[in-house]
Amino acid sequence: MENEVCSIRGLTEFGRKITKGAPMKKTISLLKLAAALAAGVSLVSCSSPNVDNDVIKIGVFQPLTGANAAGGADEYDGAKLANKLVPKVLGKTVQLVAVDNKSDKVEAANAATVLVQKEKVKAVIGSWGSSLSMAGGPIFAEAKIPAVAVSATNPNVTKGNDYYFRVCFLDPFQGIVGASYAFNTLKAKKVAIIREVSNDYSVGLAKFFVDEFVKLSGNKDSIVAVSDYNTGDQDFSAQLTNIKKFEPDVIFAPGNYTESALIIKQARALGMKAQFIGGDTWDFGAFLDIGGEAVEGAAFSTFFANDVPINKTSEVFLKAFREEFKKEPSAVAALGYDAYLVIIDAITRAGSAEPQKIRDALAQTKGFEGAAGVITINAERNADKDAVFKTVKDGKFVFLTTVKP
Amino acid sequence: MDFQTFLQQFVNALSLGSLYALIAIGYTMVYGILRLINFAHGDIFMVGGYLAFYGVSTFLMPWWMAVIVAIALTTVFGVGLERVAYRPLRDSPRISIMISAIGASFLLENLAIVLFNARPKAFPVPEFFARNFILGGVHIASVSLIIPLVTAVILAALLWIVHRTRVGMAMRAVSTDIEAARLMAIDVNRIVSITFAIGSALAAIGGILWALKYPRLEPLMGIMPGLKCFIAAVIGGIGSIGGAVLGGLLLGVIELMTVAFMPELTGYKDAFAFVLLIVVLLVKPTGLLGKNLGEKV
Repeated sequence: MENEVCSIRGLTEFGRKITKGAPMKKTISLLKLAAALAAGVSLVSCSSPNVDNDVIKIGVFQPLTGANAAGGADEYDGAKLANKLVPKVLGKTVQLVAVDNKSDKVEAANAATVLVQKEKVKAVIGSWGSSLSMAGGPIFAEAKIPAVAVSATNPNVTKGNDYYFRVCFLDPFQGIVGASYAFNTLKAKKVAIIREVSNDYSVGLAKFFVDEFVKLSGNKDSIVAVSDYNTGDQDFSAQLTNIKKFEPDVIFAPGNYTESALIIKQARALGMKAQFIGGDTWDFGAFLDIGGEAVEGAAFSTFFANDVPINKTSEVFLKAFREEFKKEPSAVAALGYDAYLVIIDAITRAGSAEPQKIRDALAQTKGFEGAAGVITINAERNADKDAVFKTVKDGKFVFLTTVKP
Repeated sequence: MDFQTFLQQFVNALSLGSLYALIAIGYTMVYGILRLINFAHGDIFMVGGYLAFYGVSTFLMPWWMAVIVAIALTTVFGVGLERVAYRPLRDSPRISIMISAIGASFLLENLAIVLFNARPKAFPVPEFFARNFILGGVHIASVSLIIPLVTAVILAALLWIVHRTRVGMAMRAVSTDIEAARLMAIDVNRIVSITFAIGSALAAIGGILWALKYPRLEPLMGIMPGLKCFIAAVIGGIGSIGGAVLGGLLLGVIELMTVAFMPELTGYKDAFAFVLLIVVLLVKPTGLLGKNLGEKV
C-alpha cells in the first residue's frame, strides 16, 4: 500500500509542477506525465473487488499484451480450461484473477504487487517468460505466496526463491538438447548465435547451448558469431548481414517467436541458407503465420507434442481444449493447464488454502500426472521432464523426437 | 567490413530510414500547422495496418483495393479524431490539447487490444513485395526499393501542395498565425481538417508499408515507430517537411550502422535514438532544417 500512496503523492506533485512550471519545462513534464500514465494503466484486472470467503483466488500473472501476448494468452487459456473442468476445491469455488504484466519487467513487478496486495491471491500461475517471472519472484517470496511458473525455463526463476516452482524443464537441459541436435544430427561445423539480449531466457539458453556445443566440437572457434537484438525489434538486417559473412551451417536463435519468425524471414531475404534452430518459445501458431515459407525446416526443442496424447490427462486435455477453443493447443497451454491442476492438488493435500500450506504441499508434489507429462517437484522446486524436438514441415509443426534428461 | 557487406548495410539502412521519414512527415505536418505533437500518430499508423489486414483477410478484397480502402478509412478516422479530441480544445492552453493527444493515444491502443486482440497477426504480403533482387551480391527485397520511392513521391507531392497551391498557402498562413488567418477569411477548421487528413493518410501508408516490411501486426506496434519518428521529426527540425525526411534517413542510418559497426552495443540501439534527440535539443533545439518559430508550447 505504501507504494501506491507514494505514487499518488508523486502524481500530485507532478500536477503542481505542470501548473507552476516555466513554459519550456512543460513539454518535459508532459512526457514524464505520459510515462506515469503508462505505468498507471497496468491494472487491467478482470476481477470484481468483492470479498467472499467461499472463493479461493488464484492469480494469473501473464503478459496479455505486448511482445509476449500470445504466450501469456495461451497459458491463460490452459489455466481457464482447467478451472472450468475443476472449478472447486475443498468445497470452495476457485476464481482466476488475471493481471497483465505487459511483457515488461517493470510492469511485471507492478502486476505482481497488485496480485499480492490488492487481490490477495493464495497462489500464482505464471509468468510466461523467465525475465517476467523473475521480476515478480521477490514480490511473491516476500508476501510468502507460492507461484508456479508454467514455461519459464531459466534456472534463476526458482533458484534461491523458496516460493517459486515450475512445471517445465530447465534451460541447461534444453541447451544440451539443442547443441547435440546441431552437432550430432545436423553435423554442424560453424554455428552463429542470435540472442534477445534483454531477455534472461534467451541469453541463458544461448550460453548453455554454446557451452555444450564447444564441448562437443572441442573447438572454441566453432561459434563463429554472437549477435544481439532487443525484445520488440523488427529490423534484424544489420545483425544478419554481419553474420552472413561467416557462412554458418546453423544459426541458433532462442527468443520470442514473433521476432524469431521475422529474423528467419529477413535472413532468407538476404540469401542466407543456414539451418535455424530455437527453443520452446517458437512453439506457437503465429510463428508459422508470420514466418510463412521462410520458417520451413526450422527446428526447435519444446515441452509437449499435441499429435499423440501421452497419458490419460493429456487425452482429456486435448479433447476439452479442441472443443472449447476450436483450435490446436500449444505446448504452453498444456503446461498452463498442468500448473493449475498442480496447485489444486496441493490445496487438496494441504487441506487448506493458506499460502504457506499450499507452498509446503507443492514442494511435496510427486508423480503428478499432468497433460504434458508426469510432474515431480525436486528439492530445487523444479520438474525434471522430457524435451520434444519439432520441426516445421508443409506449414505445420511436426514431431521429430523425444529427449530424456 | 568488406565493401559488399557495407553496401548491404547501407541498403538496409536506407530502406528503414525512408520508412521513418515517411511517418515523420505526418508528425511534422500537424506540428507545423497547429504546434501540436500528435501523440496518437503512431496509433493511427497501427489502425492503417489493421484496416488493410482486415480488408484482405476478412473482406477478401483484392490487395490494391484493401490498401485504398484502408488509407481512405484511416484518413476519415484521423479527421474524426481531430474533431472529437483536438478541436474542442483549440483555444485552451496548449498543454490541454497535448494531454488530450496522449489520452487519444492510450485510448486507441487499448481499444485495439479489445477489438483486434493482443495476439500478433501475420500481415499477408503479396508476391510482388516479397520478391528479391540480387545486385552485385547485395540482396534487395522489392519492398525496400518501393519504400524510398513512395517516400520521394510523397515528399515531392507535399512540397508542391504546401508551396504551390491555394490550400498550401492557407496552410502556411494558419501555421504563421491562426487568428490573422481567420481575419483573412481562411476557413481554419477546413485547413486543419485537411492537414489531419494528409497526416493520417501518411500514417496509413506508413503503417501498410511497415507491415509489408515487417509482417507482424499487434495493437502496440505504433508506439516505438511513433516515438522514433517523432525523434526523426525533431532532429530534422519539427515543422519542416524536408527536415523530417532528413531526420528519418539519418535515424535509420545511425541505428543500423550502430549495429553494423559496433555489434556489442546492439542492446543500446534504441537508446542511441534518444541520446541523439537529447544532443540535438541541447545543441540545436530547432533541429537541422528547422526555423526558429518562437516558443509557443
